[in-house]
Amino acid sequence: MSSLAGTGVLVRLGLRRDRILVPSWIAVFVLMAASSAVATVDLYPSVGERMAAADAVNRSQALVAMYGRVYDPSSIGAISMIKMGGIGAIFVALLAIVLTVRHTRADEESGRLELVGAAATGRYAPLAAGLTVVAVTNVVLALLTGLALTATGLPLDGSFAFGAAWGGVGLAFAAIAAVAAQLTTSARTATSISSTVLAVVYVLRAVGDTASPAGPRWLSWLSPIGWGQQFRPYAGNRWWVLLITLAFAGVVVAGAFVLVSRRDLGTGVLPARPGPPVASPSLRTPLALAWRLQRGALLGWAVGFLLFGAVLGTIVSDIGGFLNSASARDFITKLGGEKALTDAFLALELGLAGIVAAAYGIQAVLRLRAEETELRAEPVLAGAVGRIRWAAGHVAVAVAGTTLLMACVGAGAGLAHGARVGNLGQTGRVFVAALVQLPAAWVLVGITVAAFGLAPRLAAVGWIALTAFLLLGEFGSLLGLHQWVMDLSPFAHTPRLPGVPVSAVPLVVLTLLAVALGAGGLAALRRRDIA
Amino acid sequence: MICGMTAIAVTDLVKTFGAVRALDGLGLEVEAGEVHGFLGPNGAGKTTTLRVLLGLVRADSGRTTLLGGDPWRDAVELHRRLAYVPGDVALWPNLAGGEVIDLLGRLRGGTNARRRAELIERFDLDPTKKGRAYSKGNRQKVALIAALASDVELLLLDEPTSGLDPLMEAAFRDCIAEVRGDGRTVLLSSHILAEVEALCDRVTIIRAGRTVETGALADLRHLTRTHVVADLTGPPPDRLGGLPGVHDLRVDGAQVRCQVDGSGLDGLLGALTRVGVRGLVCQPPTLEQLFLRYYGTEEGPGGTGEGPGAVRDAEAATR
Repeated sequence: MSSLAGTGVLVRLGLRRDRILVPSWIAVFVLMAASSAVATVDLYPSVGERMAAADAVNRSQALVAMYGRVYDPSSIGAISMIKMGGIGAIFVALLAIVLTVRHTRADEESGRLELVGAAATGRYAPLAAGLTVVAVTNVVLALLTGLALTATGLPLDGSFAFGAAWGGVGLAFAAIAAVAAQLTTSARTATSISSTVLAVVYVLRAVGDTASPAGPRWLSWLSPIGWGQQFRPYAGNRWWVLLITLAFAGVVVAGAFVLVSRRDLGTGVLPARPGPPVASPSLRTPLALAWRLQRGALLGWAVGFLLFGAVLGTIVSDIGGFLNSASARDFITKLGGEKALTDAFLALELGLAGIVAAAYGIQAVLRLRAEETELRAEPVLAGAVGRIRWAAGHVAVAVAGTTLLMACVGAGAGLAHGARVGNLGQTGRVFVAALVQLPAAWVLVGITVAAFGLAPRLAAVGWIALTAFLLLGEFGSLLGLHQWVMDLSPFAHTPRLPGVPVSAVPLVVLTLLAVALGAGGLAALRRRDIA
Repeated sequence: MICGMTAIAVTDLVKTFGAVRALDGLGLEVEAGEVHGFLGPNGAGKTTTLRVLLGLVRADSGRTTLLGGDPWRDAVELHRRLAYVPGDVALWPNLAGGEVIDLLGRLRGGTNARRRAELIERFDLDPTKKGRAYSKGNRQKVALIAALASDVELLLLDEPTSGLDPLMEAAFRDCIAEVRGDGRTVLLSSHILAEVEALCDRVTIIRAGRTVETGALADLRHLTRTHVVADLTGPPPDRLGGLPGVHDLRVDGAQVRCQVDGSGLDGLLGALTRVGVRGLVCQPPTLEQLFLRYYGTEEGPGGTGEGPGAVRDAEAATR
């Protein structure tokens, strides 16, 4: 097969490039799964408690929509891994998407693939190598997750089934990203297309899982995330479902290879459109440039947040009727909420939205670093543009963008919830509840700006901080960490609105902290060399 | 335009990146109104010098004056008066070339619309293509047009023609000639010797972060040897080989071939004309020879008698 010539060399190159990134990600996933298992086992030592908790989840449309069903209420594994099989699978899918695009379209866009293509490599070799790297990653992830879960004391077969379910989700999304990477010339667009598919199939399984027996339950079977859950780890271990995932991945990957054979290097299947020969009059400042570069992505995020809010507002309206038992209340409380259950659930999910908005803010600020390392900052700074003015443009997009996103999720949830309960007066309450998460997200923006200014090589520290805060919030109370450790996370200080009285002090303190971090970063940027 | 003033004055410039001493006491002087060639082998520190001049990188020590200001402190003000073409032009993948030209012009403080249109025509650029769709040469054209379309006093050009085809290179030379005609200043870093020869009034040659030679091209030529082939009407004089500055003498009947230092040319020609000259080919040192001498791995011609030897060695190596 000369069209695959050189694949082995490229696989080694890919593994070499990712020798830090991939092992770190795998470690985070495995630790997340294992700590979740340990914590839940401690929490529900008896079968009765487990059954009550599982029942609480299964009877709540909201939780089923968010995480999926517990298919065997008596199984400690099934209840432990409910979040990991739902939300965790999203992160596995995102890792697969990012890795696949990084090794295919991103290389092609940067021109590195041209160098490779001119060597004695086959036409299919780059895609085959990229997919091999992602496949290896997912297989290793599956095996290590299985091992780690077994080590926590969960049954061996269920543990490896869970690992395989995660790995399957990864493979399916690697395949989807491989096709997306053939469609467009831009790595960013390929990532957006794949992430949109991920969002759609997550909603498909949410609708399918919450449908009545007579309803469209089959929708869950249209979703790679749904397949991961229908695998039913610790609750039947239906290994044959893995075959569906693998068959899907195989067919979609074959499609990607067909697309490769039909297009030229550097092009996409979708035609490139010409742009305007002159710039619009408004494109004259660094801020306008930052907005121009980031507006497309922000629009996509905003639509996602609006939809997430609407789904949230719709399902939360059902929650009160279902969660009356003490154990259900207990489960929700353990998940991080408190007090009135509807409000607690909203607060919980709006807190999650705040974390995701912070992720948006971090990547919006990191655009600065990309502009710098990819030498596009140079011509701007060679103009009559001070560094702070240049950086402030992107930081402004990050701050305004996070604000817009939380406003979207708040408006979506508030309007949907208000319409559902017939009281639009709820809208404002939910909207405010979304906005109070902002100062915590801004702290992450501030951390990223500070890192960019002070230690540009470590600019990705914002992601590390966010991951740490996310883990603290999700597992801190399960793991019984000291309060002061959990208080390191800015998200621990935002009010759990709606349903509790607002205190302005933490909001003001967080905002001031964010401003101080940002100002420190910009001041440091003035003094350092531009790459 | 103020003539006879110094546009760029750099002395004892030092910049280290970790353990690497990228600039090691570099000096550079560019007069207002001249086209100054900035030459040196890869990695000599040309781009780093330009980045110091742009205030992107802060020098560890040394004095740097650009258009009368401090390039680090007064960056924004100074940048209104200069335009820069990077050696490695990166464009935003989703912005069309025309948009980039306008944007960069506006960030600097304005573009001359008529000249912009004229340059797009001259460089045969399609301004509607997106950044990611341009070839290297076309990306270079976008940056060049953006720089040339402005009315700035100083152009900093870092290998501006790399990737351009010969036709476009000719268009570039015309443009620089016009810029010079307007009395504007150009600092041109380049590896294309014919281009340097055609455009530059003076050159500075650097190596390993240090200036090894600076001056008018004509003056630099004197530092190296002319190749002389003379057909004489009579037998060559015996003592030719003993004349000062004459090297590699070969006599073949009535034909004389030799290398001669700039200082020895007069004496040699006198001796030849006394015999009678039927034909004379006098080949000035090529720029290549000049550069081989400075770029070579041996220590540069800081000393007096060493330089010509380097030329001979380089030539010997090519034979």
